[in-house]
Amino acid sequence: MARSIAPRRKAINTLLAWSVGFLIFFPILWTILTSFKTEAAAIANPPVFIGFDWTLENYQAVMERSNYSRFLWNSIVIAGGSTVLGILIAIPAAWSMAFVPSKRTKDILLWMLSTKMLPAVGVLYPIYLLFIKFGMLDTKIGLMIVLMLINLPIIVWMLYTYFKEIPGEILEAARMDGATLREEVIYILTPMAIPGIASTLLLNVILAWNEAFWTLNLTAAKAAPLTAFIASYSSPEGLFYAKLSAASTMAIAPILILGWFSQKQLVSGLTFGAVK
Amino acid sequence: MGRITLDKVSKSFGDVEVIPPLDLTIEDGEFTVFVGPSGCGKSTLLRLIAGLEDITSGQIRIDGADATNVPPAKRGLAMVFQSYALYPHMTVRKNIAFPMKMAGIDQAEQDRRIDAAAKALNLTDYLDRRPGQLSGGQRQRVAIGRAIVREPAAFLFDEPLSNLDAALRVGMRLEISELHERLKTTMIYVTHDQVEAMTMADKIVVLQAGVIEQVGSPLDLYERPCNKFVAGFIGSPKMNFIEGEEAAELGATTIGIRPEHISISTTEGQWKGTVGVAEHLGSDTFLYIHSDVSPSETMTVRVDGEFSARHGDTVYLTPRAERIHKFGADGLRIE
Repeated sequence: MARSIAPRRKAINTLLAWSVGFLIFFPILWTILTSFKTEAAAIANPPVFIGFDWTLENYQAVMERSNYSRFLWNSIVIAGGSTVLGILIAIPAAWSMAFVPSKRTKDILLWMLSTKMLPAVGVLYPIYLLFIKFGMLDTKIGLMIVLMLINLPIIVWMLYTYFKEIPGEILEAARMDGATLREEVIYILTPMAIPGIASTLLLNVILAWNEAFWTLNLTAAKAAPLTAFIASYSSPEGLFYAKLSAASTMAIAPILILGWFSQKQLVSGLTFGAVK
Repeated sequence: MGRITLDKVSKSFGDVEVIPPLDLTIEDGEFTVFVGPSGCGKSTLLRLIAGLEDITSGQIRIDGADATNVPPAKRGLAMVFQSYALYPHMTVRKNIAFPMKMAGIDQAEQDRRIDAAAKALNLTDYLDRRPGQLSGGQRQRVAIGRAIVREPAAFLFDEPLSNLDAALRVGMRLEISELHERLKTTMIYVTHDQVEAMTMADKIVVLQAGVIEQVGSPLDLYERPCNKFVAGFIGSPKMNFIEGEEAAELGATTIGIRPEHISISTTEGQWKGTVGVAEHLGSDTFLYIHSDVSPSETMTVRVDGEFSARHGDTVYLTPRAERIHKFGADGLRIE
């Protein structure tokens, strides 16, 4: 049933929503603004937000000092690779959990999710040793595998929720129509689940892109992604807020743009099942 | 061809046996209806025939060949689901073409069959629409179209009309019956609606708790129900049951008399009663009568549309003696 909302109430709600939105976005905005200040202006107290001299010198300095494109490439390969790897494992897993569940399916799902409750640092030591043993330290493939594994519970869970919404009768109809399991997945299940798969992909790319703990601990130079690029500016040489901000802005820009253009897809993916 | 034989087929889910071993033969070209109250196992039985569920024991034969372990895709059966189960991302044309595509039928033949099916089902103008843009009745016709083009050995219908409104249901009922007349293909039809069962079937299978209560033609079941359950389930409005002295006089535990086999009078008759509710349908009037012969339940009587009766009127009922059904203490029919 539609509730009627008084215009005044609506205005207040809108104002409130915008304020909360602004509050959440503020740190990012501040970072972006700071990246255009001189180092002196960046540490001014109280901080200035508009009346400062805009400069691109921080970006020039960052570009001179670090090889941005290599970090960017590493980020793309690691985030993209771990997502593709994850989805290839998650689709069959979610299919079997959604359509041929066993008595323990719910337990397995919960157990998988519970691994996310473990502090990552708790397994740093064994994983580090494994990486040494298998020669995967500072390799992209090593990071892809680790990031895939840490995000796998979430993407299996998301896909499972999506697949659950697809009526089993439609898959049975395909079976009656002569489709093999492979044809059923290719012609019926996947096209019907494309919105779900797309938003799962997107979320996973974002999570992998922003992951800092493992990427910082398991890389040195060769495979370091943009998180390491930012970290290199919070440096032992002292605090250079403006340069750090410029580096951060360059690191988040690609994912921010991707997020902006796919926000509709993302929102529907994250609220799926809650509102139909 | 489409002769389906079930030989001691049973089904259990875990420890629960939903269908104890049963035997049933469905002849080629026959329109068989599985009917029973919800939860009686009729849909499960259909899904066993389709191959969507594995049987626990026994054997299913289609045209004499053992189909027990044959996957659904290879059984040569087509199924129409209650929810239509159309592919929402495909147009009507692609939906209908899908089983032929899976079977590897060439494009020209596909087009020929799609056009023929679309013409027969009045879908020609809708071939390029998606299921979401169709009404319930049209969707059901697409589902039927998808089943027809495969030229299956048998059609399986799982409560195909229960999602439609009453008027549409009657129309689709006739269309399916006509389809059967035209194709002469075996059809198995599951419903909980005994009117659909009576009007469409060559053979009705009445099920209760996974057990076949009776198999027979609609009139067989109406005239000679083999037990109280079938007697009460087949026929609308349902049969009146009377216990006690009246039954004992005829040597039975329970006697049954259908509402249309009781004559009514305002002056004299065998049983006295008062009218509780009178439902005037125009063509018929159903009277629900409180009577001492059946103290626990009201008796239903079907009379002419012109018969006027109101709440509280005193009436006299006389059953037609040759139409009284007698049942023993075990619920079985006594001849």
